[in-house]
Amino acid sequence: MPPNTSHDMSSTNAQTAQFRQRDPAAAPRLLLALTFLLLLWPGLHYSELDLSVLFDSDSSSAMGALLGNAWPPAHDQAFLELLWHSTLETLAIAIAGIALALPVALLAALLATRALSRAALHQNGSPALAGRLLRWPLRALLILLRSVPEIVWALLLVRAVGLGPSAGVLAIAISYSGMLGKVFMEIFESVDQRPARALVGAGAPRLMAFLYGILPNAAAEMLSYTVYRWECALRASVVMGFVGAGGLGQQLELSLRMFAGDEVLTILLVFLLLVLLADQLSRLLRKRLV
Amino acid sequence: MSIALRRVQVTHSAACASPVQALAEINLEIAGGERVAIIGPSGAGKSTLLRLLATAQRPDSGTVELLQQQPWALGGGSLQKLRARIGLIQQAPPLPPRQRVVTAVAAGRAGQWSRCKSLLNLIYPLDVAGIHLVLGRLDLADKIFDRCDQLSGGQLQRAAIARTLYQQPELILADEPVSAMDPVLAEHTLALLNREAQQRSATLVVSLHNLELALRHFPRVIGLRRGRILFDRAAAEIGEGELELLYANEQLLAPQQSPLPQPPANRCC
Repeated sequence: MPPNTSHDMSSTNAQTAQFRQRDPAAAPRLLLALTFLLLLWPGLHYSELDLSVLFDSDSSSAMGALLGNAWPPAHDQAFLELLWHSTLETLAIAIAGIALALPVALLAALLATRALSRAALHQNGSPALAGRLLRWPLRALLILLRSVPEIVWALLLVRAVGLGPSAGVLAIAISYSGMLGKVFMEIFESVDQRPARALVGAGAPRLMAFLYGILPNAAAEMLSYTVYRWECALRASVVMGFVGAGGLGQQLELSLRMFAGDEVLTILLVFLLLVLLADQLSRLLRKRLV
Repeated sequence: MSIALRRVQVTHSAACASPVQALAEINLEIAGGERVAIIGPSGAGKSTLLRLLATAQRPDSGTVELLQQQPWALGGGSLQKLRARIGLIQQAPPLPPRQRVVTAVAAGRAGQWSRCKSLLNLIYPLDVAGIHLVLGRLDLADKIFDRCDQLSGGQLQRAAIARTLYQQPELILADEPVSAMDPVLAEHTLALLNREAQQRSATLVVSLHNLELALRHFPRVIGLRRGRILFDRAAAEIGEGELELLYANEQLLAPQQSPLPQPPANRCC
């Protein structure tokens, strides 16, 4: 039909005319990049980053001393035995810390989540006022638990329970229950809410609505996040060793202080192996479940 | 009286548009054991009416009485007890994809079982025989240990129906229960719902798109249009004219008039 064709022609013309226009997103993007660079400068200034220190004669000789005797890595019988015990200790700290954090996180997430509000069923998904007021302090508690870094908890706890792995376990349990709780809560709220609402609508108690309606959809994501957190706990337990919370970190700090480069290298290699192991484990679990 | 609605009004307040009146001044009485079909064009308020009967929607005004109880005057615990006696089959089956059919069907009794029993059932299915029986009646017995995401759309809808039948409610509500099924299966499923309701003298209220199915399977038919009851009578007494009036497309008859209000399910924002 002729009128149709002419319409098509004119619209094609309009399109080519539009193509000659400049990308409307270009200016905002350029502005954003410039702002970012402007913000970067004071950041560099205030953090007092000075790369020339690296090539200073004092620091390079210290680094040289450490690196000079790094090869071959320490492998005498006594040191390896010591290392084996520290490695087990680090693993134990990470596992025990996560195991303690999990029940606390689950309970807090269950109580704080909006997903299990009974009122949400007939109010278009928004919970009752009383429920919202009760959930607030719990959310605040979760924020408090995780806003203090685990290293600070470890420093406090080393004073309270003394040097050793138990301070590390408690520090991980406290800060990771906050993190796991917050993320679990968000997972519960992000999965499909209809199954749980349907169950509450059929008279089921809320715990059962959770177990039968939300958990099947959330379990894989929860597991994968928990394994990732376990990997983080492994690394954190090494850092916490520096403040006396046991494990590989404590060993690393001793070797660093004695400028025993070969021992440092061995410890770092063991550490690499541990993280590799955690990565493989989480990949395996995810493949089985997701 | 199984259902008694008096001057019930429901208004959906959308954030970005003027409030839509989904149900206006509904008066309705359905006796125990009655089997009723609700028909009407899209956006007529069928889903809202069923959600209202399932206590998933609170009325803005008017009184709702279900199974001799006023749900919105009850406390939380008693309301859950009442809800356990009402089963709603939803348009989109609300079954978690990673759950097995046997567990999804068993969840129908979560309102009646003790917490202990429901917990144990998660570890090991306690009533495989009973669930097998219900699934068998829906021709789904071989899928009992399959995961829900392995079922087709029609099979999933039947699994959801099996859950509601397993719940053994006194009031069975179904919102477009056969929309994902082929004609033969739809026929079979509606007949089954009717038979189940008759056997257990439960009340059955079903919303349907298909007129013929409604007239063939249900003794009483209610026509809903723009949130109002247009007619409410025995299926045999319904005339051609009434059906035409029910489905009359205003835009075709009078193009200058404003379009019908959108169905509440897919509001914007």
